[in-house]
Amino acid sequence: MAFRLEIVTPEGKAFADDISGVVLPGALGEMGVLPSHANLVSTLEPGELRYTKDGQTHELAVGAGFVEITGSHVNVLTDMAIGAEKIDEGVVEAALARAQDRLKGAADLTSEEVAATEAAILNSIAQLKLKRKRRTI
Amino acid sequence: MPSTRDIRRRIKSVKNTAQITKAMQLVAAAKMKKAQDAATNGRAYADLMNRVLVSLQERADEGVHPYFSEGKGEKELVVVITTDKGLCGALNTNLIKKVITSVTSEDADFITVGRKGAQQLARMKRNLLADFTIKDPARFAELRSVGVFVQEKFLSGEYRCVRVAFTNFVNTVTTIPSVEQLLPVNPVTLGGKRSYEGGTGMGEPIDMMAQPVMDYAFEPSVKEVFAKVLPQYVNNTLFQMMLEARASEHSSRMVAMKNATDNAKQMIKDLTLEYNKVRQAAITNELLEITTAKMALE
Repeated sequence: MAFRLEIVTPEGKAFADDISGVVLPGALGEMGVLPSHANLVSTLEPGELRYTKDGQTHELAVGAGFVEITGSHVNVLTDMAIGAEKIDEGVVEAALARAQDRLKGAADLTSEEVAATEAAILNSIAQLKLKRKRRTI
Repeated sequence: MPSTRDIRRRIKSVKNTAQITKAMQLVAAAKMKKAQDAATNGRAYADLMNRVLVSLQERADEGVHPYFSEGKGEKELVVVITTDKGLCGALNTNLIKKVITSVTSEDADFITVGRKGAQQLARMKRNLLADFTIKDPARFAELRSVGVFVQEKFLSGEYRCVRVAFTNFVNTVTTIPSVEQLLPVNPVTLGGKRSYEGGTGMGEPIDMMAQPVMDYAFEPSVKEVFAKVLPQYVNNTLFQMMLEARASEHSSRMVAMKNATDNAKQMIKDLTLEYNKVRQAAITNELLEITTAKMALE
């Protein structure tokens, strides 16, 4: 039995397919979702999303957001969704360093800019974690 | 009859105008492509968020979050998103007309985004609360300040609801002036399609409406989820509406400038014909005079 996973970001639909299972980085820790899961709405932390399709597991780095789970659908709304193969470690590290630099001079940033920068840092860390984990295998 | 010199002068001036409108058309076309892509790409997110929240609203307990129910006040707060610059056809005029017909109450308060709307509403002596100017292309961070302001106003309890007037982008030649309710949470039409009336290009429509009322579990808790998601929803929906408005603006400007260029070209054609007629008449006249003079001498 399969159910539909849709991942949507402000840049467009990142993923939509029928899958047999997914593990999400929920606010209270990782949670696995299988078909006929109880209805649930949860916030998501930046981290790693794993889904299983045809017995194969795929991984994506996702940003903060929220998820709506019904029996037949999992709708993920997040500000970032990127596959491990598309992550360029050098670029992400540079972005991370830039964001951390900005945060150091935080005096002249508004609270909103600080929040946006912190979100960017968490997203970058999520991407790096996913990439590095794959390399050690 | 105008002299050939006058006509030549007019042709030259029309040619100059055509050159300018052509240049503006090309600039608008380049911006249009980007703005349209941004609007269509953002739609899926905004649509899904709206759909999920509307379905949650129907199941949420009364008073779980202020954004799910009408405010205590009587007044309406209307956000009007217009362009900063003119020369984009009837875009702003149509939107303002739509605002006048759909906002009937006299003491509605207005927030404008874009200069044209601010000028119009000030001229009509409407109650303006704030006037935002957003750069082009619009950035999410800029719109967030509008979103935060709107939410503060709504939470103050002074207003019954918040509505947004903007131009929905359907395609390059079709844009629809719309007034949509932002708060309390309500189904919103973006890009000319209501988000859950059948196929929205986001997989099959969810038939949650058809199912009996079901209970949702919330993690970490109902309050925390809504406290996090709803402000995000307001900001993002406003941003998407801005993207729609921008896509409409550039499309409409491109079309207006294309029409202007075409009209100028037609005018040049007509004037050239006229010029040639005048020139030939003058030559014929001269020939006549010469012939008459010759005949007189004989």
